[in-house]
Parts: sequence; C-alpha cells; structure tokens
Amino acid sequence: MATLNVLVVVCLLYVIFLFAIAFGADRAALHGRGTWLRSPLVYTLSLSIYCTAWTFYGAVGFAARSGLEYLTIYLGPTLVMIGWWWTLRKMVRLGRSQRITSIADMISSRYGKSNSLAVFVTVLAVIGSTPYIALQLQSVTLSFAAFAEADSGAGSLPDQGSTAFWVAAGLALFTILFGTRNLDANERHHGVVMAIALEAVVKLFALLAVGVFVVWGLAGGVSETLTRIETSPIAMWQVPGSRWVGLILLSAAAFMCLPRMFQVMVVEIEDEGHLRTASWAFPIYLMLISLFVVPIAVVGLQELPAGSNPDLFVLTLPLMDGRDGLAILSFLGGFSSATSMVIVAAIALSTMVSNHVVMPIWLWLTGANVMMSGDVRSVALLTRRLSIAIILFLGYLYFRISGGGTALAAIGLISFAGVAQFLPALMGGLFWRGANKSGALAGLGVGFAVWLFCLFLPSFGPTVILPQAVIDNGLFGLSWLRPQALFGAEGMDPLVHAVMWSMSLNTVVFVLVSLVSFPTPVERLQGAQFVNVFQHSATAGGWSGGLAQSEDLLIMAQRIMGAAEAQRLFAGAAESQGLAGYLPEPTPDFLQQLERNLSGSVGVATAHAMISQIVGRASVSVEDLMAVADETAQIMEYSSKLEAKTEEQARTARQLREANEKLTQISVQKDGFLSQISHELRTPMTSIRAFSEILRDTEGFTETEKNKYASIILDEAIRLTRLLDDLLDLSVLENGQVVLNTQSGNLHDMIDRAVSAAGGTSTAMQIKRDPDTENVQLVTDLDRLAQVFINLISNARKYCDASKPELQIKVERKDHLLVIDFVDNGRGIPTDLQSVIFEKFSRIGDTKAGGAGLGLAICKEIMARLGGDIAYLPGQTGAAFRATLPLNAEMSDQAAQ
Amino acid sequence: MGRKVMLIEDERNIIEAISFILSRDGWEVKTHSNGHDALDAIRERMPDVIILDVMLPGRSGFDILQDIRKDTEISGIPVLMLTARGQKKDREMAERAGADQYMTKPFSNAEILESVRSLVIT
Repeated sequence: MATLNVLVVVCLLYVIFLFAIAFGADRAALHGRGTWLRSPLVYTLSLSIYCTAWTFYGAVGFAARSGLEYLTIYLGPTLVMIGWWWTLRKMVRLGRSQRITSIADMISSRYGKSNSLAVFVTVLAVIGSTPYIALQLQSVTLSFAAFAEADSGAGSLPDQGSTAFWVAAGLALFTILFGTRNLDANERHHGVVMAIALEAVVKLFALLAVGVFVVWGLAGGVSETLTRIETSPIAMWQVPGSRWVGLILLSAAAFMCLPRMFQVMVVEIEDEGHLRTASWAFPIYLMLISLFVVPIAVVGLQELPAGSNPDLFVLTLPLMDGRDGLAILSFLGGFSSATSMVIVAAIALSTMVSNHVVMPIWLWLTGANVMMSGDVRSVALLTRRLSIAIILFLGYLYFRISGGGTALAAIGLISFAGVAQFLPALMGGLFWRGANKSGALAGLGVGFAVWLFCLFLPSFGPTVILPQAVIDNGLFGLSWLRPQALFGAEGMDPLVHAVMWSMSLNTVVFVLVSLVSFPTPVERLQGAQFVNVFQHSATAGGWSGGLAQSEDLLIMAQRIMGAAEAQRLFAGAAESQGLAGYLPEPTPDFLQQLERNLSGSVGVATAHAMISQIVGRASVSVEDLMAVADETAQIMEYSSKLEAKTEEQARTARQLREANEKLTQISVQKDGFLSQISHELRTPMTSIRAFSEILRDTEGFTETEKNKYASIILDEAIRLTRLLDDLLDLSVLENGQVVLNTQSGNLHDMIDRAVSAAGGTSTAMQIKRDPDTENVQLVTDLDRLAQVFINLISNARKYCDASKPELQIKVERKDHLLVIDFVDNGRGIPTDLQSVIFEKFSRIGDTKAGGAGLGLAICKEIMARLGGDIAYLPGQTGAAFRATLPLNAEMSDQAAQ
Repeated sequence: MGRKVMLIEDERNIIEAISFILSRDGWEVKTHSNGHDALDAIRERMPDVIILDVMLPGRSGFDILQDIRKDTEISGIPVLMLTARGQKKDREMAERAGADQYMTKPFSNAEILESVRSLVIT
C-alpha cells in the first residue's frame, strides 16, 4: 500500500485545484462576470465553514463518547437560521450600511466607533479562536497519522509536531495568497468564498459516502444498523437536560459571534436576499452532514479494536476495510473542513488585527495622513499577511502546548464559549438603545475573565498554566475561586459551569454598567442607527455617473447658491474642461471646487456630505453627520443671535420713531401755541394801534367820537392784560409752580362770591341754587376754587343762548367726593367739540366773547391741583360742567354736623 | 371814485378801524365777518380790492383765497391778506394761495392805505 504517498499527491492536486477555483473566481469577479458567484447556493455553502474538522471527525467522536449530545451543535445554528434569521438580516443590513469589516468593527461601530472596544474584541477573538485553529491542525495531523499507521511500509514518519507545523505553514500560504490579494473596500473575497463552497460540497459528499459505506457496506443495511444502534451503549446514554440546553444556546451564540461566521455571513454576503435561501438550505445541509454520525460511531465502536480514537472513525473504518479510495475521499473531506475554517478564520482575524490594532498604532507612530500616504495600502497588506502567519502560529503553539491530548469536541466547545462572550454586547447593541460602550467593555471583560479562568486556562491540563492547587483550592487559596466550582457552585459539568457563570455575569455587568453610565453623542447616534436600521436605511438610488451626476449636483448647488451663481460656476467649469453647455464632468478637481463653493454657504462638513451623497463615492459616516450637526448648531446659534439683534434694532427703531413722532407732535403743538399767542396778542394791538393813529392824525373829532375810540383802545388794552394774566396763570399751573393757599370756608358763601364776581344777579340769567346742600365746610384753596366757579358762571352768561337763560348749581356728596354741577338751559356744546373744550385756545361759536380760549384749560389745571377734576357732562338740558373735589377728613366732619 | 373794498374780518374793532381809514380816503367799504359765505358776498358785490383775514370763523382765509382764484368771475380781483400769526410759514402759504399782498397785524394806517391803493393801480 502506497497510500501515504498517494494521499500526499492527491492532497497537493486538491490544493492546486482549489487554487485554480479561487483564482478563476477572483478573475471572474474582477471582470464583472460570473453571476453564478453570486448565487444564494454559494452563500449557503460558504456558511458551512461552521462545519469544521470538528464536525467531520469530532462529531462521530462526540457521539461515541456522549451519545446524541453532538446534535446540540447543529441544533443551535438551525434554530438561529430558522427562528432568528431576521436578527441575522439586521446584522447583514447594518454590515452593509455601516461598511462593517469584522465583528470587532461591528461592536466598536455600535459603541461610538470606540477603538478601545475594537482592540479588546480583536484580542479576545484571537484568543478565543486559537484553540479552534489548533483543533483543525490536530485533526489534520491525526488523520495523517492514521494513514501513516495503516501504511506500515512507509518507513519513518514525520512526528506529529512537524506535520502540524507544515500544515499550518501551508494554510498560511494559501490564506495569504487569496485572502490578501487586494484590499477591497468591502473586504469581499470571491475566490476564497468559491473555494470554501467547493470544499463544503467535498466534505458533505465525503461524509455521506462514508456513511453509505458504513450502513450498507459494513452494517448490512438500514434495519441492521438500527438494531446495532439500539444495542449499542450510545442508546443508553443519558443526557442531562442542563447540558443540552446549555450546548444548544452555546452553539447558537457561537454561530453568530464566531469571527469566521461573521465573515462569511455578514461581510461576504452579496445580496441580503441570500439569507432567505440560507435560512432553509443551511439547516438541510446540517441535517445531511449529521445524518450518518451515529451509525458511524456505533459501527466504529463495534468493529474497531477497543481503544481506537473515535474522532478518527470516519477515516479508520474505510481503512480497516481496505477501501483506500474512500479513505482518501474521507481524508479530503476532513482536510477541506479544516482548511476552509482556518483560511476564513485567519482572514477574519487578520482583518481585525490589522484594522484595529496594527494600523492605528502604525498611523499613530508615523503620524501619517491616511489620505495622502500612498504606502498605507502596502502597510495594510503587510500587516494582514503577518497577522495571518502569527494567528496560525498561535494555533500551532496551542496545539503543541496542550499536547494534542484533549478530545476535538472539548476544544471546540472552549472556543465556542470564548466567542459567545460577544453575544450580550452584540445583541444588546442591535436591540437596546441604552446599551453603551462602558457596559460593553465591562461585560466583555468580566465574561472573558471568567472564561479564561474557568475554561481556557484549565484546558491546557493541570500544571501547564494553572497549578493543580488553584484548581483544587481556588485562586489565592479562596475556595469560592475554584475554576470549576466558582462561588461554591459544585457538582456541575465544567463546561456548563463556565458558560453559565461567564455569560450571566457578562450580561448582568453589561446591563448594569450600561444603565449607570452615559453614552457619548456618537454612541447615541450609532445606537439609534443600529437599533432602527430598517427604518432609515433606504439605499441611495443608483447614480449612474457622468452628466447625470452633474445634473444632480447642479440642482443641489442651485438650491444652495442660487440659480445664477450655480449656473455660472458650472458653465465656467464646463468651459475649462472644453465642454459645451453647462454640465462639466464631475472630475475630482471640479468636485473640490464645488465643495469649496458650497462650504461657504452650508459649512465644510455639510458640503462634503452632500456631494458624497450624490457622487456616491463614500457613504456618509457618523463623523460626517456629527460635523454637520455641529455646523447646523453653530448656524442656528448665529442666526438666533442675528434674530435677537434684528429684533432689538427694530425695537430701538420703533422707540426712536415714537420719540420722533412725539417730538414732532410737541413741536407742532408748540408752533400752534405760539401762533395762537401771537394771534391773541396782535389782534387787540391792531385795534389799539389803528385807533391811536386815528386819534392822533384826525382833527375835529367830537368828544363823543373821541370817547368812543378811546374806549375801544382801553377795552383792547384790558383784553391784552387779561390775556397776559391768563397765560402767566396757566404757565404757573402747568409747571407745577403754583402755591396753594389752603383755607377753611363755607361752600355756600364761596358760590355767593363767585356769582357776584361773574356779573352778579343783575343780568338776565337766573341762577338756581339749593342753600341746604351748599352748606359744606371746605378746606382747600378757596380763591382758586372760586376762580373755577367764576369762569364757569361767566361762560354760562356768555354762551347760554336760551330766551330765558338759567343756570342751575347743584351740590351733591357721593361717597368721598363733593360734586358741584353747573347746568344751563342753552344749546350746550356739540358732541364733536366736547373733547376739545379743555384744550388751550379752544373757542366755541362764531362770534368772539372776548376770551382767548384759555379759561377752561385753566379750570382744568386748577381742579387737578386741588386733587379733583372737571369734566363736561353730556346729555343734560344744556351745557353742563361737573367739578369734583375729594372730601377730606375735615370736610366730612363738618358735613356730619 | 366809487372804488369798492371788500373787508373780510371778524374782529369788530379792527373792522371799524379799517373801515374808518379807507372811507376817509374815499373807498366804498363793504364788510363781511365770517368765512362760510364770504365767496357769495364777493360775487354779489364784485369789489375792486379784497382785504382778507386769515383766521376767520367757519373757514380759513387761505381756503377762501384758493376758491377766489379758481372762480374765473372773481379770480382777477387783487387780494390783500392780513394775519395776526406773523410766522414765515404763513406768508409762504399766502403767496402759494395767490395773495397779491400780505400784511402782518398790527400795521400802520398809512401802510394799509398804501397797499390797497397800489393794488388797484396795478
């Protein structure tokens, strides 16, 4: 049997074939061909990297050791695909809209693009994946060894360690060649995806082939197989419920959180709709691949010598039966499972390491500007290649240190439990806006610490890292810090124990810290975007380049800059490009120019975001939006300041206008007043001057004539004097310079004096009074009050035009007021003039009665000085005036007597 | 001579003074003491000269003058305006309204006589 050599040759041919497939797919994708690459089937098959060598070999070993428990590993993802596909869809949608490149990117993006979180997740992912990679190396190494054992004629064998090393090196090479060929913006790897899809077919086919061989070739048919199963110890196996539930949840969590699963599921997806196909096709794949696990395990246990490694039944059963071809196929299936997982995991991890750890450090060290530095690209590629090599080396290291002794399934579960720690932060981020960075960091930290202590470190076996004493007596001798009985939880399965504690503490700490700490604005914004991704991720319509973009840019520019200005700018640019019309090509130069112009109006960030939106170069990032918000806030602040200023100016202007109007009014009043005074003075002086000249120049006047003219002169002189007196009086009253001469006196006596001073009872006018009501003792300036009464009485005498003129003086006390009415029986004052009679120089009637129109104005001033008032009483028989005076304490006393 | 002066003025003593002065110079003086029907009185009497006070009861002298200038029948009659207000603005208003002469009270008898005479001659 030259099987080992054949195997090596077949293996090499297989790898070359994979290279060809990957290369072809990359070429096809590069040239836009190969729609078959974008089939949902390829997507579904690529998801099968969930089924690693662990599945291929380990499931049988799992079943041989623990019965049907291995099914939990398939049930978890099946439940996720069927029952939770909408959560996956949310992740996929976010992955595309936020241009997510890895799970570290996803979590850090959600929590405000926190780099510390990204670094943390990356480190944890690397640590968590290392056992898994070691597992693949181990399986390939073991399968090689199995062949070597069977091939007894092969002479000396390479030891297991060097086999693992060469496998790791080969995988690193393959991954580097296809995983880092280019730095695609969307991080898709068509070649790799195609290759792993093919490997998925190979491994399924191989496992089914072995299964068919075992059932029909070895066991002798379906019914015999079932009989064998019933009699085997596997059927007797009792599975503790807690372990079932725990394992299902764990595998479900790992399915979503494993970096490599995230890579194929979210990053490499071509179309969101593929998820729909995968949601039923992938569970079928899982079902098929697990179909023959139990028969192989049962038959293997019965047919193979005791002590055979159940993890290798898939390989050793065909070998035992001398089916070399089938054995080689089986080996290729296992090889495919291992390589596909390692390649994708290495790509995913190297992306994270390079993007979140190496690049930030490199940029920080060199201070390079991303946009200007051309060699960033080569640095990124280099760091990715190095990362891949380092990750595989770490896997190899774990394999060597752990001694390859642990069962495959156990190692896989340790990895699962490690990456499952991402779940609270990931799900919390997708569905809970209150989740924040501090909570995510704290939860992840606690969860990972527990995982490290309870599961990862003990997995190396006692004495390697954790001393036996710690495992038995707890850390620092504290019994509640025993890695397998934390907080005194004894008697549990170590895995369930570790998962329970790490996940629950992780979740509790995550929620509590999120509740008590405050997110930054970017976190809030991202939180809203993540939680509500379906509400506002309408994808921008396709801008199909060239002039269509220019047209849209012009429309936008017109809105911002105004039509004329925008058209001028565009036409100028078109002309400088040698184009007719006003639509230039959207060259980088022109876009920059436009952005500069627009930023004058809307701010730099907004202009950039708007142009990006139209040209579709880059999606608008959160930083862009924040900058836009900042600018908007500044503009709003500025405009509200302007508004306040404008309002203030308007108020000042209004005040000025009012002041000006007042001044103008006062000026007009003053002019009017001066004109009036001038008129009142000049009129009597005209008569005086004219008659003086007549008397002087004319001879032969009789005495009568002389007397007549001299009397006119005298009358006018008296009128002039009275006018001056009134003017002075009014001036004194108005300026408040008047000194009141308060005396005590009887109202009746005072009215008597006023009547006689106003011409007495001699004239035709009859004055009606009621002496009883007039018996009021007054304490006031009696002379001033008399002046008012005289004025009112003489006005009545002058203006009352009744045939039998009468004036009634009525005195009345109302509450604390003394009311004195003067009512005549004439025509009264026309309604339209009633409001002006108290104004200076207002006169009623056509003919002059000698006054200058100052009398009532003076009365008004006097009454105000005495603390009372005077008003016209409308609706009486004739003209009616009402003078009111407050009754002070003294007057009231007097009146009471 | 039979030349007629129409005096439109509301101050009794001023009417008496001007009437005396002009009558003694041989003018036939007709007086009217309010603004309401001054225009009718003018049309009825058809004077050779009008002496018009500004501050009249009923209507201002400026308004009456404007109407005189619009009425072709009487628009040619020279008008002497009298005012007691004596501000620059009043003189401007009088000129704009079409006054031939303008005089501020008080005036000397010789002045008014001279003014009325000059209006008839020109």
